[in-house]
Formats: sequence, C-alpha cells, structure tokens
Amino acid sequence: MSKKNLLAVASMALGLTLSSSAFAETQITWWHGMGGALGDSVNEIANDFNASQSEFKITPVFKGTYEETLTAGIAAFRAGEQPNVMQVFDAGAATVIGAKGATIAVQDLLSENGIDFNIEDYIPGVRYFYADAAGKMIGMPFNSSTPIMYYNIEALEKAGMTPPKTWEEFESVTAPALKEAGYIPLAQSHLPWIFTENFFSRHNLPFATNDNGYGDGETKILVNTPEIKANFTAMKKWKDEGLFEWYGAGWNDNQKPFEEGKVAIWLGSSGSFGGLQKTATMPFSAEILPYWETVTKEPKQTFIGGAALFAMAGKSAEENKATAEFFRFLASPEVQLKWHKQTGYVPITNAAYELAKTQGYYEESPAAETGILQLLLPAGDNTKGYRMGFYVQIRDVMNREYGRILTGETSVDDAFATIEKEANELLARFTKTQG
Amino acid sequence: MKRASFNQLGLPVWLLLPQLVIIGVFFYWPAAHAVRSSFYLEDPFGFGSTFVGWDNYAGLLASAQYVKVAVFTLGFTFLVTFFSLSIALVLAVKADKVIRGTRTYRTLLMWVYAVAPPVAGFLGVMVFYQGNGPMTEFLALFGYEFRLGVNYYDTAAAMVAVATWNHIPVNFIFFLSGLQSIPQSVKEAAMIDNRSGTRRFWDITFPLLAPTAFFLLIINITYALFDTFGMIDALVKGEPGNNPMTLVYKVYVDGFRGNDLGGSSAQSVILMVLVLVLTVFQFRVMDRRIHYT
Repeated sequence: MSKKNLLAVASMALGLTLSSSAFAETQITWWHGMGGALGDSVNEIANDFNASQSEFKITPVFKGTYEETLTAGIAAFRAGEQPNVMQVFDAGAATVIGAKGATIAVQDLLSENGIDFNIEDYIPGVRYFYADAAGKMIGMPFNSSTPIMYYNIEALEKAGMTPPKTWEEFESVTAPALKEAGYIPLAQSHLPWIFTENFFSRHNLPFATNDNGYGDGETKILVNTPEIKANFTAMKKWKDEGLFEWYGAGWNDNQKPFEEGKVAIWLGSSGSFGGLQKTATMPFSAEILPYWETVTKEPKQTFIGGAALFAMAGKSAEENKATAEFFRFLASPEVQLKWHKQTGYVPITNAAYELAKTQGYYEESPAAETGILQLLLPAGDNTKGYRMGFYVQIRDVMNREYGRILTGETSVDDAFATIEKEANELLARFTKTQG
Repeated sequence: MKRASFNQLGLPVWLLLPQLVIIGVFFYWPAAHAVRSSFYLEDPFGFGSTFVGWDNYAGLLASAQYVKVAVFTLGFTFLVTFFSLSIALVLAVKADKVIRGTRTYRTLLMWVYAVAPPVAGFLGVMVFYQGNGPMTEFLALFGYEFRLGVNYYDTAAAMVAVATWNHIPVNFIFFLSGLQSIPQSVKEAAMIDNRSGTRRFWDITFPLLAPTAFFLLIINITYALFDTFGMIDALVKGEPGNNPMTLVYKVYVDGFRGNDLGGSSAQSVILMVLVLVLTVFQFRVMDRRIHYT
C-alpha cells in the first residue's frame, strides 16, 4: 500500500470515529456525597434523566462524606480530571465560590444554553445562599434543608403541653412539664448550624461584618455578641437543670434518643423527616423553630443547609449543555416533588411547592411542610446566609468550644472569645489564600 | 584484602537508578512539595497563593489548641506504648511456660492482630457506647457515668484502651520469640545460681530481651503516633468536636476536611522532623546501648 493510500485510509477511519461520536450521547459525571437511601434517590434522578432523552447521559458517583466529596473534587480539578457536576455542602460554599474560575455560575450556564432562568422562581431562603454579592446564583441548590423542631406527640400530650413558640415559653412552661412527665425535654443535632448560624437568621442579627461575608474584602465574625451568649448561657443552665441533654458532636448520637422516645423535643433538619418516618418508635410531628422574645418581637426566616450542585469549569461546550439540561430537569416541579417526598428536603422552586400543595401532600403529612413554611417567613437583612472562608474549620472550633461549655470545661464568655479569635484568624488566613 | 570496585561511574549509577527514581518520586518529591507549600497560603483549587514565610509554623506554635493536641499525642503515645508493651510482656512470659495446649493459647492471644485499626475503632464505639455499651454498663455499676464523645477524658481513655488492645498481639509475638531464643543453657545456669524467679527474670531474661524490647519500643511509638488514625476517626465519628485527637488526625482535619493546605503542610513537616529525630535516636541508641549477642 502506498503512503498516499495509507493516509486516505487513516483519514477515513478518523472520519468514521468522529461521526460516530457525534451521534453518541454526551456523557457527563456527577460527584456527590449522598449515601444510603439518599444515594438511591440520587441514582433514581439520574436514571430518570437518562431515560427522559437520548442526547445526554449523566453518571452519578458517590464520593463519601460532604468533606470527602469536596476534597476529591478539588484534587481532581487540579489534575484536570474534574467531574461536570460536583455537590458542595453549605460550609464549603465559600471555598468553591471563592475560587473564581473553578465553576461556571449556574445562572450563566443556563442562559448560555438558552434555558430561562429567573431567581424569583426559587423559594425565598433558598435563593441567595449560593449566590454572589450581586445576587447571581452560582451553585444550584439541590438538597436543601433547614433546621426545624421535631416533637414527640405522646410526650407533649402526656405533659399536657403544646409545642413551644418561644424559648421563654419552653424554659418556663414546656420543659418543666416534660421533665415532670419523665422525658428529657430537649436535644439537638449540630449546634453550629442550628443554634448559631440559624440563630442569627431567625433573630435577624448580623453573623459577620461585610454583609455577613457576601461582600468583597475582609470579613470578621460577630459571634462574641450578647444575644448568642445569652442563648448558650440558657442552654447550659437547661442542661444543668435536666431540661436539655447533649450527646456529643455527632449528628446521630443526638437524634437517636429522640427516635427512642427518651427525648421529647429534638431540633434537627427538615431533611431528617424521611429517615425519621422509618426509625422513630413513636408518633411525631414538627413545628418551626422557637425564638427568643427578649431578642426580637419579629422573628424571621431561617436559611438553608444541605448542599448545592456546581458546574465545574474546563469542560467542552457540549458537556456544559448536557449539564445545563440536567439542571433544567432537576429544577422541574415533578423531579423536585419526588425528591421532596422521598427525602424530606425542601422543594427549591415555588412551582414544585405549589404542585405539592395541589396534590394534597401536606394534608396527609403536615410535618413535611414545616421547613418550607419556615423558609417562607418574612426575610430580613441577615437571613440570606453567610459566606466565610475556612468555614469547615470555624465549625470545628465551634463544636469544640460548645462541647467544652456543656461539659463544664470552659465558661460561655471564654468559649465565645476563643471562637471569635480563632475564627477571625482563619478568615484572615483564607483571605491570603485568595491573593 | 582486595575490594571489589567498578572501573567507571556509569554502571553503578545505572544499577542504582531504579531505586533512586522510586525514592525520589515517592518520597523526596512529595516531601519537598509539603515543605514548599508549608510556606504558602494557597487556594485549594490552585488559583491564588500568598507566600507567608514562617507564618504557618508561627501560627501553629502560638495556637493553644495545637499545643494541646501535641501534649495529648505525647501522653497518648506514652500510655499506649507502656501498656501494650508491659501487658504483652507479662502474657509472653506466662505463655512461654504453658505446657499443654500451647498453640491454642497463643493463637487466642494473637488473633486480635488481624483486626484493622478502623474496625478496632468501631468495636470500641460498640463497647463504650453511651448508655448501653457493655463497658459503659460495667462502669455504671461503680457509679461512673462513662460518656464517649461527650467527655474529653472518657474519649481519651477509650482511645488508649482500644489502641493498646489492638497492639498487644504484635508485641506478644515478638516477646515470645525473643524468650524462646534465649538459650536453655543460660536459663539452667541461672536456675542454679538463684532460685527466685523474679530475680532471674530481671537479671537474666530481661537484659537478653532488651534488643527485642527496644525494637518494639520504636515500633509502638510509631504505631501510636501514626497508625491509630483509623481507630480515632471511628471513635470520634469524623466530628472531633471537643474530643481529643492526635497530631496526625489534626493534619487530616485541617488539610482534608478544612482544605487549609498551608497550615496542614506545616503540620506534616513538623511530623517529618519528629520522625527524623526518632530515627536518629533509634540508630544512636542501638549502636551504643543495646548489646546483641
């Protein structure tokens, strides 16, 4: 065979492969941190998307915990092997949004691919948590939850009580009656999330300078402030009086006594609802979080926790289109409603919420609506969330100091002074990583 | 005496090259990288970084928390090494004297070695579980409320107990083979000189075990410092909170969970120096103080 012929054959072969790949579906990957039953729901969403059309195919990959998923994604990004879609949890938001160039803003991605996007379609409380200072949505809220108050119906009936509206009511009326009835009145999972971050939102107090960290420039935490210190002083007092119990920094260790019926009221995530229905040994329901009447007469909404999906940069236009189409599918009311029902995470759009209402879902399980109702409460200046770098470590500092308060190793004053000092050091260090 | 030598440089270099490449790529290059990044504060995605000189190190030494973790690590290492060595020695001495069912007895003492540290950690969580773990209930009989994950010292005690338990078999195996390699004639001679078993043990057996014991000492220190990671992670369930942790676990917490690459690298470099010191100490003492027969 002459050289010329060889070239012709080669180019023909090349042409064949090119054309066949043009017909093949575009493959994209999605790294996530949802294990167990949540992982099954994730796989179901991916399968439904793949079945709904033939142009794109998404492959979900479970990467371990939220922290492990983020770290794996970062390592992959540095090696040029990043997935198209990466799930990043609330505390990691500053890291991924701060690294400009690591992700494509979901808002830009959708409009570049001709998909309508209106931030007003998303329910308040969800809208701006993963947005930048200008209010542009960067990450697509995915599994969004908010802290709510679960209560053991039998326990409250036995004590002749109704769920407390305020912490004053809990302290003076509800808790003593529950204790009398033989229950541990209160427990909660995740003190930094529920009793710190959302405490500031519920009472509309600033959590950090610089517009809670959303603005450009240096941010300082405002945690060493009288209201939150009073909150923790009260909590320590409740613990000493047997009105509150703490089982360590692990989430499940605090949820378990509630499931077993020992604890009457448990502050957890609206996303715990699906799991609790399977594990709780007694009838339970949920209400919105109480507030301190002495701090505010007008309690506000809380914001979301959980995680968002980020479209990673450095991918071909074709793959980005696939990602955009997947986001469109994910935000559709039907998918959101299914996810909401299976897991208890809140639906992220108004349309999905309306659909759930028209289908009568909340008449059969009213507790499932609590999270959304709380996110729909009036907004304030400090209710959209916070944006702080190295926040995972700041949470570690909080968990450490809160544990020390509750075991009597330190005082509330000292603990909050330590948190303020260490958090501000971490924030200053984070600013330098961006330089 | 004639020494074998190469005539030119080329061949020896070629022969050494594979090993040099492996050492270079897998040991020196990552180590150099860690040293480099310990002087920077870097965006985890690699977009920005600031040279901060010794700031990362100064920050660590000024941090009360880091000092506390270091002190805990020292105490933890000391306790684990002490208990696992002494208990294993007692077991080995006793096992050496067993006449019937030797094999079964020894196997029963050794199987724990097969338990991987994270599994040991999970077993620890079960045994010390809040409220209804067997150990928790046992301690409650004496009126002590053991609270794993809540009380700092309770968690520390559980960590020491699990780490010690997990490492006794290794020490046991080495001590036992050390005991069995002591010549029968020496033992018999000692028996004639002194009837007291205790005296014979301290004067004859223990010095002859010294090389084994010293080797085990180093092994145990490195085990407690570095290999207990999985056990600690299982015991604190990934959320250290107010619980104790070791220096290695802190590297993970800050670097992998917190994405603080600079601070975590500085901690790694400190650990590297620690290992270096330990190695130098080991070789020095081995040369001077331990006599191999």
